[in-house]
Amino acid sequence: MTLADVIAGIVFAALNAYALLGGADYGGGVWDLLAGGPRKERQRERIAEAIGPVWEANHVWLILALVLLFTCFPPAFARLGILLHIPLSLVLIGIVLRGSAFTFWRYGGQADDEQRHWGVVFAVASLVTPLLLGTAAGAIASGALGEEGKGSGGGFSARYVAPWLTPFALSVGVFAVVAFAFLAAVYLTLEAEEPELREDFRRRGLGAGAALFGAALLVLLLSRGGAPRVREGLIFAPWAAPLHVCTAAAALTALAALWRRRYRVARMAAALQVSLILWGWGLSQYPYLLPPDLTIAAAAAPAVTLRLVLGTLALGGVVLLPSLYYLFRVFKSIEPRA
Amino acid sequence: MPDLLAARSQMGVSLAFHIVFAVVGIAMPVMMVVAERRWQVTGHAIYLDLAKRWAKGTAILFAVGAVSGTVLSFELGLLWPGFMRFAGAIIGMPFSLEGFAFFTEAIFLGIYLYGWGRIPPQAHLVAGALVAVSGALSGVFVVIANAWMNAPTGFHVVNGRVVDIDPLAALANPAALSQTIHMTLAAYAATGFAVAGIHAFFLLKNPANAFHRRALAIALIVGAPTALLQPLSGDFSARHVARHQPAKLAAMEALFATRAAAPLTLGGWPDMEARETRFGVRIPYGLSLLAFHDPGAVVEGLDMVSRDEWPNVAAVHLSFQVMVGLGAYLALVALWAGWLAWRRSDLAHNRWLMRAVALATPMGFIAVEAGWMVTELGRQPWVIQGVLKTADAVTPMPGLVVPFLVFTLLYCFLGVTVAWLLYRQIVRSPAAPEWRGFYMPDEQAR
Ligand code: HDD
Ligand code: HEM
Ligand code: HEM
Repeated sequence: MTLADVIAGIVFAALNAYALLGGADYGGGVWDLLAGGPRKERQRERIAEAIGPVWEANHVWLILALVLLFTCFPPAFARLGILLHIPLSLVLIGIVLRGSAFTFWRYGGQADDEQRHWGVVFAVASLVTPLLLGTAAGAIASGALGEEGKGSGGGFSARYVAPWLTPFALSVGVFAVVAFAFLAAVYLTLEAEEPELREDFRRRGLGAGAALFGAALLVLLLSRGGAPRVREGLIFAPWAAPLHVCTAAAALTALAALWRRRYRVARMAAALQVSLILWGWGLSQYPYLLPPDLTIAAAAAPAVTLRLVLGTLALGGVVLLPSLYYLFRVFKSIEPRA
Repeated sequence: MPDLLAARSQMGVSLAFHIVFAVVGIAMPVMMVVAERRWQVTGHAIYLDLAKRWAKGTAILFAVGAVSGTVLSFELGLLWPGFMRFAGAIIGMPFSLEGFAFFTEAIFLGIYLYGWGRIPPQAHLVAGALVAVSGALSGVFVVIANAWMNAPTGFHVVNGRVVDIDPLAALANPAALSQTIHMTLAAYAATGFAVAGIHAFFLLKNPANAFHRRALAIALIVGAPTALLQPLSGDFSARHVARHQPAKLAAMEALFATRAAAPLTLGGWPDMEARETRFGVRIPYGLSLLAFHDPGAVVEGLDMVSRDEWPNVAAVHLSFQVMVGLGAYLALVALWAGWLAWRRSDLAHNRWLMRAVALATPMGFIAVEAGWMVTELGRQPWVIQGVLKTADAVTPMPGLVVPFLVFTLLYCFLGVTVAWLLYRQIVRSPAAPEWRGFYMPDEQAR
């Protein structure tokens, strides 16, 4: 394993953290959109209270991954910027609208109708943004961003649209939305104060967990034509079988724990499940950063840069990790709320 | 609209939008912390109210700053992949450091905003102080990256390939010190005067209002000293520019011909075709004195670079004049307020001073925007001075006018909304306790 591999792993770990934390914030927005039943307003309140203190910090994981990517793998960043210009621009619009609408809604003063419009913008953007982010990830996995940044050649749409507007990439987008909604529902069971509210989120978690199986199946089916390389890895690599066993175990544990109202276990298992799926993807396209032709080694910055970044990460971690721990200790109870 | 122009415009709009929120994010936490500390020391609830109201406004501005900053990070790749391919490995370092500064900032902001009553008062104050420190640091790091674009160091180009990369040397580039000092001071001066101006406006109506009197004092403590230092720091920057980017200096000063004992041109309209500046007021030896501290020094004019490497002289010259003019105004008002405070005179009852401060509300922000126009437009046509042309850095993606228009509209919409929400909060917030008309002399607050 080279230094570049280590850093690629760290970038991926940051994305993993973003999926588990920032992803759940998107998922919360999805449940805001789908809020219903007699406790509709309570659900929305609770979701907003859970997101409020942490969403900005959770969001920085994405920035960190991005910054590390352009520092340590500049050609990969440049290629992504060119070929995924359209979906990433849309993601940005989503991020801008979601973050500002949330704040306008919560901090705008009077709780009137005008304020509720912001709540709706927040919820819709929370649904669309991960869909597009997932689609971008799907485009990478499908190996459509190859040939030295030329895409699949040809005209505008062949180059800038075709790589990501595929059934496979879109199915990854759907998968991301469902996974984030699942995480959010599971986390929210621990946030809810009243038992009825907790039940609301528990039912949603069970539904989303089941839907996640469906979404995973869809991705798998479409990967045959859509992402052969990743599919190969996921089936034939030596690590594939143990990974699948662990993922399946985590998934089943999550659902069973949710069913039996063991919420803390459910949270651990759900987070593990989503992480394992992500690492499965990462491992299956190793050593490529952007399959089929850009490897980690080829994209890596010179060793001085990598070493310095690693030092920076170590130093930053010393500041970051205790701070994060404190943030979550203050706002996220380990025990279910009494 | 040509694609290059659209990309430049989109970058310019995004940065000009973001900088407003970034500046507030750097300076506002300082004021909140001072107010909260005074509350803890004096026990007077008026300061607590102040800290909380400022925090509410800051929460809105901060969120918009965070999302618009995210847009910028992506745009570096979406619009300038050529730049990032070239520069990523060299100046990624400050961006990575900035990433950690953002993290601490966002974490402790969350703790600060939502932690009232949940954590001990001292811990709350420390959280606020950490937000202030990491806000200033994130500004410093990103400006170092920008300074490197003006004075690139830490690499060599051999046969079109970048070799000998030294990220630490890039970090320590010669423009870094002057730019970071100037920018950090600018953040405090602009925000301090904006806040002071708003409260001065209310004090004009009722100089006895205890709430606005306290707010004014804190805002001026942050804004006035920094505004006084700003011309000194600007002179430091200008001398640096004179040495490293002579074409930019020539454009700032609208100096077409190289000459010794160069005069300083105030105002005027540079005519790029005729290569002369009309209607300006000239101060003999002024420019040589300012740029090199020597009345006879030779100052390079635009004739030293070929015509196709000129920046837009009129825009750069005009922006520079605007910044310096506003900077002079702010420094004078700061001096005046400082003099009165030293004489222990009651600032809030001095109507002329209050008018002058109220007038200054937008000025720091306009100066910040103008200053960045000087820096960025003055660097053209280079994205990395003398190394990489902007035209070679832009994405090959066609149709860039579309994202430019979309983001511009989005930002206009957000800008109006933020202004409306803040207005609603500052002016009409019905939940505000009525400090109005409640007069409390200073001694009582002890
Ligand atoms: C409150 C805001 C503010 C005020 C009052 C001033 N400036 Fe400024 N100036 C900025 C805010 C600013 C800025 C927006 O922050 C810039 C843009 C880039 C930078 O580093 O600072 C800047 C850039 C900038 C530059 C270009 C640096 C470069 O391109 O590397 C020069 C030469 C000056 N300034 C000089 C001055 C002088 C002589 C001032 C005298 C009054 C002055 N500034 C007041
Ligand atoms: C926030 C304050 C800033 C403002 C208002 C600002 C303004 C602008 C403007 C107006 C342009 C377009 C210039 C033109 O093409 O004519 C531009 C370009 C650019 N700026 Fe800045 N800038 C700021 C800070 C920065 C910083 C800190 C960086 C750091 C890395 C940066 C990087 C760039 C790049 C890469 C371009 C595109 C290439 C170019 O046109 O030179 N800017 N900026
Ligand atoms: C190319 C230029 C720039 C890029 C890529 C950039 C990037 C970012 C990003 C990603 C964030 C969000 C962090 C979060 O989620 O909390 C942010 C926020 C911030 N940026 Fe920028 N930025 C740029 C220019 C500037 C400049 C010129 C300054 C100031 C001098 C600045 C100061 C800040 C500050 C203080 C914040 C914290 C959030 C806030 O205060 O609203 N940035 N920036």
